[in-house]
Amino acid sequence: MAEDGTGAAGGDVIELDGVEKVFDVRRKAGVLRRTRHEVRAVDGISFTVPRGEVVGYIGPNGAGKSTTIKMLTGILNPSAGRIRICGIDPARERTRLARRVGVVFGQRTTLWWDLPLRDSYHLVRRMYRIEQERYRRNLEACVELLDLGPLLDVPVRQLSLGQRMRGDIAAALLHDPEVLYLDEPTIGLDVISKTKVRSFLREVNAERGTTVLLTTHDLTDIETLCRRVMVIDHGRLVYDGDLAGLHAVGESERTLVVDFARELPPVEVAGARCVKVEGPRQWLAFPAAASAAPLVAAVADRYPLVDLSVREPAIEDVIARMYGADADRTPTPGT
Amino acid sequence: MLGRPAGVPGRVGGGLREVRGQVGGFYAAVVVRGFRRYATYRTATAAGVFTNSVFGLIVSYSYIALWDQRPHLGGYSQAQALTYVWVGQALLMTMALMGGGFEDELMERIRSGDIAVDLYRPADLQGWWLSADLGRSAFHLLGRGVLPMVCGALVFDLALPSDAVTWLLFLVAVALGAVVSFAVRFLVALSAFWLLDGAGVSQIAWLAGLFFSGMLLPLTVFPGVLGEVARALPWAAMLQVPADVLLGRHRGAGVLTALAFQACWGVVLLAAGRLLQSVAARRVVVQGG
Amino acid sequence: MAEAAERWERAGSGPGADRWDRRPGPAETLRVYGLIVRMWVRSTMAYRMSFVMTALGNFAATALDFATILLMFSRITVLGGFTLPEVAFLYGTTSTAFGVADLLMGSMDRLGRRVRDGTLDTLLLRPAPVLAQVAADRFALRRLGRITQGGLVLGWALLRVDVAWTPGKVLLVPVMLVSGAAIFCAVFVAGGAFQFLASDASELQNSVTYGGNTMLQYPPGVFARELVRGVTFVVPLAFVNWLPALHILGEPDPLGLPRWVDFLSPLVAVGCCTLAGLAWRAGLRSYRSTGS
Repeated sequence: MAEDGTGAAGGDVIELDGVEKVFDVRRKAGVLRRTRHEVRAVDGISFTVPRGEVVGYIGPNGAGKSTTIKMLTGILNPSAGRIRICGIDPARERTRLARRVGVVFGQRTTLWWDLPLRDSYHLVRRMYRIEQERYRRNLEACVELLDLGPLLDVPVRQLSLGQRMRGDIAAALLHDPEVLYLDEPTIGLDVISKTKVRSFLREVNAERGTTVLLTTHDLTDIETLCRRVMVIDHGRLVYDGDLAGLHAVGESERTLVVDFARELPPVEVAGARCVKVEGPRQWLAFPAAASAAPLVAAVADRYPLVDLSVREPAIEDVIARMYGADADRTPTPGT
Repeated sequence: MLGRPAGVPGRVGGGLREVRGQVGGFYAAVVVRGFRRYATYRTATAAGVFTNSVFGLIVSYSYIALWDQRPHLGGYSQAQALTYVWVGQALLMTMALMGGGFEDELMERIRSGDIAVDLYRPADLQGWWLSADLGRSAFHLLGRGVLPMVCGALVFDLALPSDAVTWLLFLVAVALGAVVSFAVRFLVALSAFWLLDGAGVSQIAWLAGLFFSGMLLPLTVFPGVLGEVARALPWAAMLQVPADVLLGRHRGAGVLTALAFQACWGVVLLAAGRLLQSVAARRVVVQGG
Repeated sequence: MAEAAERWERAGSGPGADRWDRRPGPAETLRVYGLIVRMWVRSTMAYRMSFVMTALGNFAATALDFATILLMFSRITVLGGFTLPEVAFLYGTTSTAFGVADLLMGSMDRLGRRVRDGTLDTLLLRPAPVLAQVAADRFALRRLGRITQGGLVLGWALLRVDVAWTPGKVLLVPVMLVSGAAIFCAVFVAGGAFQFLASDASELQNSVTYGGNTMLQYPPGVFARELVRGVTFVVPLAFVNWLPALHILGEPDPLGLPRWVDFLSPLVAVGCCTLAGLAWRAGLRSYRSTGS
């Protein structure tokens, strides 16, 4: 552990140990009486993130995601537990930490509405005291990778949502943060902008080794960017691992889509069940953790198989199962 | 920032739409909504009551000094002058003399073009906003008017009437004043159809209102021609007339004359607003919204 | 890949990167304040016509206050023992001092809104003092209107007021303006700190700022003694202009305080700013633990 605050060179950039956040909520209970009760927004979370990892931090609304991010950036002080970001305690040294992290809130721009985009970047340079040469190089890289060139002299109010988001992401990276927090970075964007943002983030991570913590409702973000996923619910970490593992925990099912030579009644094979029939095409659901090979062999053995494909489960369904929100939901075939 | 601001025509709930047939019921419901919308901000209301009381206190002492020098200035005794101060504090928000009414919202809708939608609604634009603003006025009279008045009565010897009829006439005068106040601000808001930047018009209207309503000094104290002109302008209907009704300065038929003065300005300005609205509506249609 | 890696500086490796990691002091607060103010001024100038209109409006609105006093003096010659030039002197000093404070710190009353809509959090993410960022937020250049108006009245009063000027009295005028502005700034900061606790009570501070400014425009003898005591010992607004002005005008002090008290404004201003700073830190600490 780098207690001296120089920031661990390799090692863990984000460290949480038994972190809690308890809010005191006063409720009305009569004309003048107020009852106080505790709300445990974050209830004992521990994890570490090594340098250079991209982690998805997901969960339903009100699960404690944004409270966690606020504690990681030093906006909120934890009620209990220990947090170190680059070896810095966010609660005690918020401004020092601010130079090491970059934050993008998808629904909240930090750009100056009535001024050209370039002016917002200039302010970042002055506020973070970024050296001229380094600033020039970082801005050039962002401009090139995010196609910001023609936008630099346009007042921010005239930018589209996608252009503004790209501008915001660049603003968060000019001071070379070691850690980047992204809160819904693709919310409300069109497909092309989403793709651009994602590939940019992948590139930043690959080339600079920036550690990224990503909160999102768009699971394509997770699928394209994150090697690791953490799921938080009711203030607790309910899952921490890779995407495949999440499917297993969520007891999700994959779907084997088979095209037969002719229309057949729903086929019956061990380890799978037919969920949909459409002409000669049938959808067979089987546990995501199981291998598809024996199933394919069994089907090909007994039926006139023409073509087949395996569909991964929709991650929304997986997480919905984990939350137990709608356990009865059948997998949506053919999506 | 995005979407429709709260309290504009499109947001009237299904329940209201059902009673749209009964016109009176519909506008009454809009009044109630206007009232409720402001009633939700309790801390802000409490803070406002405190501020009104502090200003009342400060102005009261300056009036005491003034009336010590010139007893019966403007025909008021010192107690009447002090009562005037606290009526002023009570009506400051009711008449939206410092702004804070509907006009910013309406101007924003005109500028953004959303107004085109409103003009095609079955609910009349002027009637809708009048109802909503009267609801707001009613809330501000109760929420921000009563307590400062009580505070003033506790600290100073006020000349408050003891008969119910005067109080009733005062309420009528306040209601008429609120209508005039609305009518003026409606005209100001509609100017946004022709002026890209309405900030100037609002500002001039606001300053004129503050000065000519008698908020700074009773219009009866204004010297010579300035006083005569000020007492004939519509802003006099917002504070000077209700205060004089409460102070019992109009006797017998004089009360009716005072109320008629308010009513006349109300009718004239509402009619002007209606005219302007129809011209604006034609303009919107020509421009295609 | 090598070329790409070269494009990006390695994070946190720059020489002297830690130099500014220390807790930011007053100099850094002022520097950041200046940076943000410059941005707002440039934003304002994107709508030049609107700026001119609102600045004129600001001028006219404050001028109405003085018009009220002129109207009063159309009916009287002395108010609370003060002549018109003397009242104008009080008016000019408090309006100028308050105008400066309003220009520099007037945006503090937007803090409550930022707490409610959550945008305060974005300010906490920057390596800059939050106070500087909040104070500079939406810096309103139009408030020059109030300063101009107060300054004009003060200039007129200085020409007309009947005072035997000594070097000490002459020096006291700028001292009281600066101290007064600092005292009002402290009130704005304290009011902002209170909004951490009650986010929609921003109007409360108006009673001390705008209300105090109105009160100081009139001679202290006009007000009840308890009220004068309140603004001397509780919220020491009397040090903005009343006490030094009484000395300059040679008028007796209604509270009968010793003469040396008239010169305490700078000390009171420093005390107020210190207390307001402590209140601000307590408010920010409470926000960071409750996130209300």
